[in-house]
Amino acid sequence: MNNQENNQIFKPTSETQVCEMVKWVLANNESIDVFGTHTRRNVGKPMDTTCGLDMSGLKGVQLYEPEELVLSAGAGSSLAEIEKLLKDNNQQFEFEPPNFSHLLGNTSSGTLGGMVACGFAGPRRVKAGSVRDHVLGVRTVSGRGELFKSGGRVVKNVTGYDLPKILTSSWGTLGAMTQITFKVLPKPETENTLILLGLDSTSANRAMTMALGSVVDVSGAALLPDGRTALRLEGIKPSVKSRVETLKKILVEFGDIDVLQKTQSSKLWADVRDVKALSSNGENAIWRICVPPAAGAKYLELIEQQLDVTAVMDWGGGLIWLEIHDQKTACAAQIRSAVAKIGGHATLFRAPEQSRAGSAVFQPQPNALAALTGRVKTVFDPKNILNPGRMYEEVS
Amino acid sequence: MSHLKMPDVNQDSIRARKNIVADLQSICPGEAVISHENEMRAFESDGLTAYRQMPLVVVLPQTTQQVSQVLKYCYDNDIRVVPRGAGTSLSGGALPLEDGVLLGMGKFNQILDIDYDNRCVTVEPGVTNLGITHAVEGQGFYYAPDPSSQIACSIGGNIAENSGGVHSLKYGLTTNNVLGFEVVLITGEVIEIGGKHMDSEGYDLMGILTGSEGLLGVVTKVTVRILRKPETARALLIGFPSSEDAGQCVADVISGGIIAAGMEMMDRPAIHAAEDFVHAGYPLDVEALLIVELDGPEVEVDHLIKEVSKTAKANNAVSVQASTSEEERMNFWAGRKAAFPAVGRISPDYYCMDGTIPRHQLPTVLSRMAKMSAKYGLRVANVFHAGDGNMHPLILYDANVEGELEKTEEFGAEILKLCVEVGGVLTGEHGVGVEKRDLMPAMFSEIDLEHQQRLKCAFDAKGLLNPGKVFPQLYNCAEMGKMHISGGKLPFPDIPRF
Repeated sequence: MNNQENNQIFKPTSETQVCEMVKWVLANNESIDVFGTHTRRNVGKPMDTTCGLDMSGLKGVQLYEPEELVLSAGAGSSLAEIEKLLKDNNQQFEFEPPNFSHLLGNTSSGTLGGMVACGFAGPRRVKAGSVRDHVLGVRTVSGRGELFKSGGRVVKNVTGYDLPKILTSSWGTLGAMTQITFKVLPKPETENTLILLGLDSTSANRAMTMALGSVVDVSGAALLPDGRTALRLEGIKPSVKSRVETLKKILVEFGDIDVLQKTQSSKLWADVRDVKALSSNGENAIWRICVPPAAGAKYLELIEQQLDVTAVMDWGGGLIWLEIHDQKTACAAQIRSAVAKIGGHATLFRAPEQSRAGSAVFQPQPNALAALTGRVKTVFDPKNILNPGRMYEEVS
Repeated sequence: MSHLKMPDVNQDSIRARKNIVADLQSICPGEAVISHENEMRAFESDGLTAYRQMPLVVVLPQTTQQVSQVLKYCYDNDIRVVPRGAGTSLSGGALPLEDGVLLGMGKFNQILDIDYDNRCVTVEPGVTNLGITHAVEGQGFYYAPDPSSQIACSIGGNIAENSGGVHSLKYGLTTNNVLGFEVVLITGEVIEIGGKHMDSEGYDLMGILTGSEGLLGVVTKVTVRILRKPETARALLIGFPSSEDAGQCVADVISGGIIAAGMEMMDRPAIHAAEDFVHAGYPLDVEALLIVELDGPEVEVDHLIKEVSKTAKANNAVSVQASTSEEERMNFWAGRKAAFPAVGRISPDYYCMDGTIPRHQLPTVLSRMAKMSAKYGLRVANVFHAGDGNMHPLILYDANVEGELEKTEEFGAEILKLCVEVGGVLTGEHGVGVEKRDLMPAMFSEIDLEHQQRLKCAFDAKGLLNPGKVFPQLYNCAEMGKMHISGGKLPFPDIPRF
């Protein structure tokens, strides 16, 4: 994405045009930055590409059948518009896609293609799974300039390899998605959130573990930097009411519990989802760390011994967002050696370009796995023209 | 048996059989190598018994290291390998090859770790699906995917096939319930993916391996998530005068915002066969029967039972019964669960299909299937995972009548093509295997298939793992990986660029 002045940006409006563009790039030894609205442009390794492929022209809903729980739309469709359409039909993407504009300093919530290519899920991940669990089918143009379809429009499908899975979270390095089919689900009628105050991270982690392991079907479990531990219950009104009482009894040892009603609860979880508790100061590195959920507090303890950080613990402890203060570097060594002790992985989500260029953004892989990753990249994109080096330097 | 072209036999492997047996014995000592014809007989087919083939030799390793050594040996010597779990595949995924080593994973039967705090269990792949639930149910947990063979099928096989079950609309398939794998590649390399954490890192290799039917690697360890058993479950048994009414009821329940734990439909022939067999008390004067199961807290389930009953009545239901005890709920399910053997009682043989369709296409598909049934002169009974659109038409036939099996397979293929035609897929949960292999072009273009097969090249460039399954043609990685580049001119000069 350097050499801005030399970059040609193409904005195709049909799949055929995308194929032609990629073929042209292949024939002319160019390379492509594949993007929707560039919302997450500053996440991942910085790239040095010669062309841009703006996919936002491939937009619009091709199919939406609420009673079949299915929606297909162009990959360039605006996420905000699609979410509004779903909301009007009392439905939603159950994985609760985050909007990182606060952290990344932009205003857009991006496109469907960007959402799938990056594969980030929000707080409901603990109950509903991630983006990958809701993508049923994808039409894609590979690095060979060929359009291929994979998956389908039905939930139960084991016909051939599950290519939508590998395209999800591949950061545009395997193909340019043109159309995506999703499983969508009903919006719960209501939600309440239990708030526990003043727990340290170890107690909060334990409270979240108890709640998630109970019958009450928790759909959000987070510890915020202000000391609030939040546990969300969603569903029909009588059910939520009864589960609030059950959960209060389960957590009685943790002291007083407040209950947030629907509006406040919904606001709180939008903030957790979008990681509003961390600062928008782009100089401070932000890490996104996945660990076994019950080990979240232990991880945090290891880090807090070494660094001044602000942390949000989501997914019952399984997802930790860390903002690092007063450091010139992203502190990758400390972050990753703590991950090695506990299991999981760490992604350098936000850092100045120099810092992302100088260290591994995604968790470095052992040799055999890295080699396999490289071979997967090569079969989809033999000349390494699509988002080259965005994920790993080795994949080049 | 019908004409199934398997890959040309590698005569070198056949000639070297003696040495191969000896070499495998040195890798896996003791009784782990089976080479006598009588003993290998048990492995000659899987759950799709119409296809049979004796393997070159059977090896039953016990450790990851042995699997790694066996695979590396086969890789170095260009010997084909067919992995096998419990052998319950309904699509011939574990059908042996004449020139291939059959790699049985049955000795990998240990539960390695139960972690209630992280809500996951790590097991070896030979542990049965139900074995996982049995290990954790004392603490109120269970493993959600529940294929009907769950008492026998192994979790390794579930991964290979991405198995579902009757609860998959609400709780997902195998792929939605796995967290980590240890997997051995054909080169013998051992790779770990994921773990106890959510979201595995990098490309979603776990997602690709799940449902890859043994073509990409051999899983030697797996971490699955476990869920708390819902407080209550109740079921409704609803009779309809037509399948259209039943289908509309399902659509209305879902668009009303209710995701039931299970929604199963049976047609008249299936209802009668099941009722004659288990006497579950099913109504016999209806065209379609729907079982709707709701689970969760008692107050929620009671509320939803009322809602669904209302929706059923609004869709012309002629009988609505709600279970009031666990015994009654189990009784509602008894007929559905016995539907296959029940059909087996009214016909010498039956052939189970597995297409998935968009739900609203059900009446169209049923009526066209009835016409096909008349054309072929073969009866059909239908059971249908109504929540997710996965159909299991059972074609009734008699294998002893000459030509009837061939006719049945033709009928089956026509049904599956119909599923694709209306926007569905060839297989919802049984896998492609050898059974539906040659139908793949009905759903995928050549380019679609090439993109799938190239992925195999990334895992198994020599094409040694389970060849002849899933794809109608073998794929030469070196040849097909080449790229023809043409068109140096900038296309679409009228497209906006900035």
